[in-house]
Amino acid sequence: MSQKPEKLIDKKGIRLDGRKPDELRSIKIEVGVLSNADGSAYIEQGKNKILAAVYGPRELHPKHLALSDRMVLRCRYHMAPFSVQERKSPAPSRREIELSKVIRESLEPAIFLEYYPRTGIDVFVEVLQADGSTRCASITAASLALADAGIPMKDLVVACSAGKVDGTIVLDLMDTEDKMGEADLPVALMPNFNAVTLLQMDGKLTLEEFENALNLAIEGCKKIYAMQKEALKAKYVSVKEEADE
Amino acid sequence: MSSVITRVKQKQIAQLISKGKRLDGRGITDYREIKVEQGIIERAEGSARVLLGRTEVMVGTKIETGEPFTDTPNEGVLTVNAELVPLASSTFEPGPPDENSIELARIVDRGIRESKAIDTEKLCIQPGKKVFVVFVDVYVLNHDGNLIDASALAALAALINTKMPNYEIEEGEVKIKSGYTPLPIRKHPITVTFAKINEKLVVDPWLEEEQVMEARLSMAIDDDGNICAIQKGCSGSISPNQILEASKIAKEKAEEIRKKLEW
Repeated sequence: MSQKPEKLIDKKGIRLDGRKPDELRSIKIEVGVLSNADGSAYIEQGKNKILAAVYGPRELHPKHLALSDRMVLRCRYHMAPFSVQERKSPAPSRREIELSKVIRESLEPAIFLEYYPRTGIDVFVEVLQADGSTRCASITAASLALADAGIPMKDLVVACSAGKVDGTIVLDLMDTEDKMGEADLPVALMPNFNAVTLLQMDGKLTLEEFENALNLAIEGCKKIYAMQKEALKAKYVSVKEEADE
Repeated sequence: MSSVITRVKQKQIAQLISKGKRLDGRGITDYREIKVEQGIIERAEGSARVLLGRTEVMVGTKIETGEPFTDTPNEGVLTVNAELVPLASSTFEPGPPDENSIELARIVDRGIRESKAIDTEKLCIQPGKKVFVVFVDVYVLNHDGNLIDASALAALAALINTKMPNYEIEEGEVKIKSGYTPLPIRKHPITVTFAKINEKLVVDPWLEEEQVMEARLSMAIDDDGNICAIQKGCSGSISPNQILEASKIAKEKAEEIRKKLEW
């Protein structure tokens, strides 16, 4: 890693990458990018490049894991060895195991799991390049991949982080801000229900700062939610155009 | 992490909570009785046992010398591991740590690390070369719910109890001398866990409440009332207002526990 820059936010309140505190990074989302998967999505958020794919509902192996009253959702969050500065071993780290769990738990509330008893569905997330707040971008992509696979859902799940950097509450932390900042607060939301499905924090925030950061993250989620819906529609517009030709 | 609980009991727990009552007679923001014992394992550098109702967690710390991380050459290293020992519950199985024990260890780790509870700079022996590594091993002995708070409390109690070996540097070599100094503890983070049951938040869920809960929320609070770590768990959701309400309760509860334990 490079040395800590003197200031993460300059006197005019501009961040290292030129953003204002409440500004998102540029986001590009594409749905249906993999031909083998039942559903897939790709997201670029800042320098983050993340692929999510869904396989299922399908027979669950090993079979004893199947549940008689609902589908089993499995999730794997994984970082490519070349996704970070120093090569990451491809074996799943403790961090990846924890993130796989919290990502799964963030998606579960949105899915009608009871529609497909005895089956399993797998969500695979591959971080190809990491640039901070990867779990949030992963959730945003994974829920689109689920929708792309035609899984009945109550709402899309969208995630965004907020945090504290140089004493200021900021939105959508990038890598350096995540590592050198004072706090990181990833939040996942089902916007139509105003329901938070993922919440983590590390760092140090007063109760008041926490409230501000939470509200800022939720606002960020809502902005990304609009982009998510656009990306989903865009796929079907292109499918329709192909069919018309 | 579930075992069988009858539908009737599930319903009863949920209905009582919507009336602000609990099956074991506690109020919705009441903790079970907390007992902390320190220095119970002589071979460990520090140790503690915490009883939270019938939940029992033991923590032992070991100190070794090792290399610092390259990005923090002047700081000692903290490593937290958790074992859900099979004798603690019919649902724990032997084998490598599963996602539940990894999550537990990482929540305990974040509370200690982010609150800067240990003055890690004082664990540096030779900058960039040699530092003390503190191993915190969480051992769950009886599972009756809320392992997170019990483990975080036991880990802190064990750290407070931890002795660092004295050393001197002779011709560039580190020599361990006789005698000990206490591990430099600056902050006392307390983790407070809530279960969301029937749209209500209850503090310190016991096992049967955990089997009914839709979501779990844990917050670590430091001595100054700051939040230093949060983890939401389980496959349910929580509203933003409820989260903010929880943060206020967590702050009060953490203060209460710290006062009771005189930390």
